[in-house]
This record gives sequence, structure tokens and C-alpha cells, in this order.
Amino acid sequence: MRLAGRFGGAALSLLMVAVLGFFLFRVVPGDPVVSMTRGRPTTAAMQAELRAQFGLDRPLHEQFWSYFTSLLQGDLGTSFTFRRPVAEVIGERLGPTLLLVGTATLIAVLLGLWLGVRAAWRRDSAFDKVTTGVSLTLWAVPTFWLGMLLMMVTGDLFPSRGMRDTDTAPDFVSQALDVGHHLVLPSVTLVAVVCAEYALVMRSSLLEEMHAPYLTTARAKGLRDDLVRRRHAVPNAVLPAITLVFLRFGLVVAGAITTETVFSWPGLGLLFYDALTGPDYFLLQGLLVVTAGAVVVMNLLADLLHGVLDPRVKVV
Amino acid sequence: MSRFDRSGLAGAAVLAAAALVAVLAPLLIDAESLDVTRVTADAWQPPGAGHWLGTDHTGRSVALLMAQGTGTSLFVGLTAAVLSVGIGTLVGIVSGHFGGLLAGALLRVTDFFLVLPALVLAIALSTVLPRGLGTIVLAIGLTSWPSTARMVRAQTLTIEARPFVERARALGGGHVHVIGRHVVPSVVPLVLVNATLAVASAIVAESTLAFLGLGDPTRISWGAMLHQAQLHGAVPQQAWWYLLPPGLAIVAVVLAFTLVGRALEAVVTPRR
Repeated sequence: MRLAGRFGGAALSLLMVAVLGFFLFRVVPGDPVVSMTRGRPTTAAMQAELRAQFGLDRPLHEQFWSYFTSLLQGDLGTSFTFRRPVAEVIGERLGPTLLLVGTATLIAVLLGLWLGVRAAWRRDSAFDKVTTGVSLTLWAVPTFWLGMLLMMVTGDLFPSRGMRDTDTAPDFVSQALDVGHHLVLPSVTLVAVVCAEYALVMRSSLLEEMHAPYLTTARAKGLRDDLVRRRHAVPNAVLPAITLVFLRFGLVVAGAITTETVFSWPGLGLLFYDALTGPDYFLLQGLLVVTAGAVVVMNLLADLLHGVLDPRVKVV
Repeated sequence: MSRFDRSGLAGAAVLAAAALVAVLAPLLIDAESLDVTRVTADAWQPPGAGHWLGTDHTGRSVALLMAQGTGTSLFVGLTAAVLSVGIGTLVGIVSGHFGGLLAGALLRVTDFFLVLPALVLAIALSTVLPRGLGTIVLAIGLTSWPSTARMVRAQTLTIEARPFVERARALGGGHVHVIGRHVVPSVVPLVLVNATLAVASAIVAESTLAFLGLGDPTRISWGAMLHQAQLHGAVPQQAWWYLLPPGLAIVAVVLAFTLVGRALEAVVTPRR
């Protein structure tokens, strides 16, 4: 029952994402063609042709129906600037983003959780104060500014634009090394910002457990402090933290947009930036639907994962 | 004095200084010195005599730009936070006080927006609406209210389960009485804390939108300065005097709001 409810909720959210995408980019702007061709020489006839080409001359409910049925078939419409299917353009950019976001999230989770555990276990120690202070400061730092700073400080040490050089040897090892080299600065930027959040979450999660009776029992059994932490406190505290990591997936998405823009990393974030400078409403609509959809799915996963990891949740 | 008091006071001092700059800057700086067509200094001057924070890509003084931008960043941060917390409080109280279908629907919508990446939505909104200060405020305010709504709803439910509210109802107190006399007063402290923290994230959001080129093109803000710095290659030119001040100012003000918010939180919820 609970499972069915979760899936139903996620399905409803996805539906709302679709409606929101349509509403934002077809209804709010009035006439998308006028906005998208602003600043370019166009005649009324050309605009009318564009409108017909994108189906904008039909009544709104018809537009919505055709948009919605195509969406269900994985068709996100045609990009105005690329003149190619939006789904195809997005598909090409998925790989680099997954690489960047995946690497950064993995490092940030491990580092953030470790920092949070250490800080909470010795609350008010120097380590705790430094970790909390640095985390709060990093939380206040705009991601893009941190990226620009890193770029300036490191100078020529790391490449700061794109994902690979054109003159790299085509064999796998050189290519992988080149991509890895390019990956350093963007992932450090993303890790710094996201990790701060994870550390704070993990710290407060463990602090909630600190005075639990089962820890007293564990200590009374004569267990070393280290074992009490590793075997008893952390496994309980890490559950809500992991769930929050999934729930805050939107944070990573936001970080990826600015990071990719700063470092010209050829992923979805940079595509976002390109689409909004157009502006290319159809591409933006596709990006909104895809990223929001991904976040909804991640949340569903978090829910399911929480149920698997923590048997207490099933009772609720 | 506890740690929170001290850091909270430090935060308040930073905010007072920023507010002073924001108020005085438009009075003391004449528009001519920030007019790209009328500046006389060379572009990309490092800090030195005459320009103690150097000049930007057009020869304008970075120090003057910084002062002028303070107002924009604070204004957007404050108004967007008021809008966001206002919507959140209203939705929270309504969905907590009234049960049934309306509450269910509101809760559903809140959860939906809570999950969605707020920045993505804010970008979408500021792309489709005409550029301007109002658009940025709307874009940030309309996308960041769900966490407040969640919290206010929880507090409303807690307070309405208390015996004194039940007594008020039994004595004939209607919706207006219960909300006005019992719910709102109990929610206000939490809302204030939330508003302080909301200003912090709104200022970061404003700088991000401005950096992406979605800001008000007629106004100087810290984010817009960084947008220009990126656009005109401040990084390859190693123009640290153009890059550091706006970012440091954002960090200082955002951190100040966060510290004040945490200090207030410690006062409002004294259990720890």
C-alpha cells in the first residue's frame, strides 16, 4: 500500500512537471516566437511560418495535447537554435554531466559524511568548530565565484575550459587522462559546495543520536569509544543523512549548472546556459522536464532506499 | 556570552555596515563616475592611487561599483525573502489549520515544489518574464517558499493539538480567532528566523541569476559585476581586484544573515 502510494505520488509529480513545463514556456511568455526572435531581423511572414512549424498557431489545449502525447513517447519537440530534436541534443550532453555530477557526488558524500561524523562525535572540539565554520562559509559562497577563484589561483596548472583537448592522442589511456585532467577543477568546485551541506546534515543527524540510551548500553558493555561510534551510532545516524543526500539532489543540479557554465564543461548545465541566452524556449522546456523529472525519480529512490535500509519505516 | 550571541552580534554588525553603504552610496556617488561613456581612467587598472580597488574592463572604479551594488543585492534579498516567507507562512497556516481536500492539495503542491530544484525554476521564470528587478524578486520568491510552508504547517498542527486551543474552540472561537490569537503568535518567532535565513539564500540566488545574465541590465549588483568579470575575461587577465570584492561581499553578507538567523534560532528554540 505504502509502495503504491509512493509510486502514485511520483507519477503525479511527473505529470505536474509536464504541465509546469508547458505553462511556463507556452502560456506565460504570450508568443514564444516573438520573444525568441527578438533582436533578430524577422518579417511577420517568417514569424507566422515559425509559428506554424512549431505548432504555435493552434489553440492552447490542442498544443498541450500534442505536447503531452509526444512527451509520453520521449519526444521533447524541436530546438529553436539547434534545429534538431531536443531529446537528441539533451542526450548528447548527458554523458559529461553524469561524469561530473557522479564524481563530485561520490567524493562529496564520502568526505561530507566523514567530516560530519568526526565533528559531531567531538562536539565543540577544534575540529568541530573548524568544520562547522568552513561548512557555513562554503554554504554562503556562490558556486560560480568559487570556480572562478580556483581557476585564477591555479593558473595554468589545470585546463579550465571544456572536457578534452583537440590534440590529445586518440588512444583510450591518453583520452581518459585528458578528461580526468579537465575534470579536476569543476569537480573540486562542486564537491566544495555540496560537501559542506552534507557535513552539516550528517553532523546534526549524529548529534540527534548522541544521547540515545543504546549508546550508553554499548559503552556499559565496555566497548571502545571507536567501536561505539562505528558499530552503533553511525549506522543509525547515517540513514536520515543518506536520505537527505538524495532529497537534496536539486542542490547538485543547481551546482552543476553554474559550474559547467564557468568551466565550459559540455554537459546539460552549459546547455541550460546556452538555451537561456537564446532564449530557446523549447530546449529550456525539455531541460526543465528532464532535470525536474530526474529529481522526482531520485526522491522516489530515496524513499524506497530508506524503506530497505531502515526496517522501522515500513511500519509507518 | 555564548558562541551564538557573539557570532550573531558580529553578523548584525556586518549587516549594519552593509545597510549604511547601501543607503549612502546613491547619495554620495554621482552617476557620471559610473557612466561607461564618461569615465576617464584606463581599463583593468590594479589597485593604486585614485582607485583603491582598481578599475573594471571599462575603466570604472571597482570600489564605487561595489558600493552601488550593495543596495541592489540587499533589496532583492530582502524583498524576495519577504515574498517567499509570506507565501510559505500563508500556505503553511492554511494547510495546517484547515483539513480536508484543500489541505491535501496544498501539501501536495508544497512537496512538489520542495523537491524541484529552485534554481532551475527561477531560471525558467526569469527567462520568460521581462528582465528587471521585479522579475528577479518574483523568480526567487515564487520558488523558495516550500520549506517555510512545511515548517509553519508543522508548528500550526502542534499548536492546534494543545488543550488551550481546544478550549478556545469549545468556547466558540472561530477560525479567525484561533488563527489570529493562537496560531499566528506561535508561528511568528519561527517565521522571523526563517526569514533571516531566506534572505541569505535569496542573495546567493540573486547573484547566481545575475551571473547567468538574467539580472536587471540597468542596475549594478554584485552578481552582475561577476557576470561582467567572467564575460570580459577577468580570470585570464588575473584581475583579482575585479573578482574578489563582489564575491567576498556576497559571502560576508550571506554569512552575516546566516549567523544572525542561527542566533535568533537559539533564542526561539532554547531546548539545546
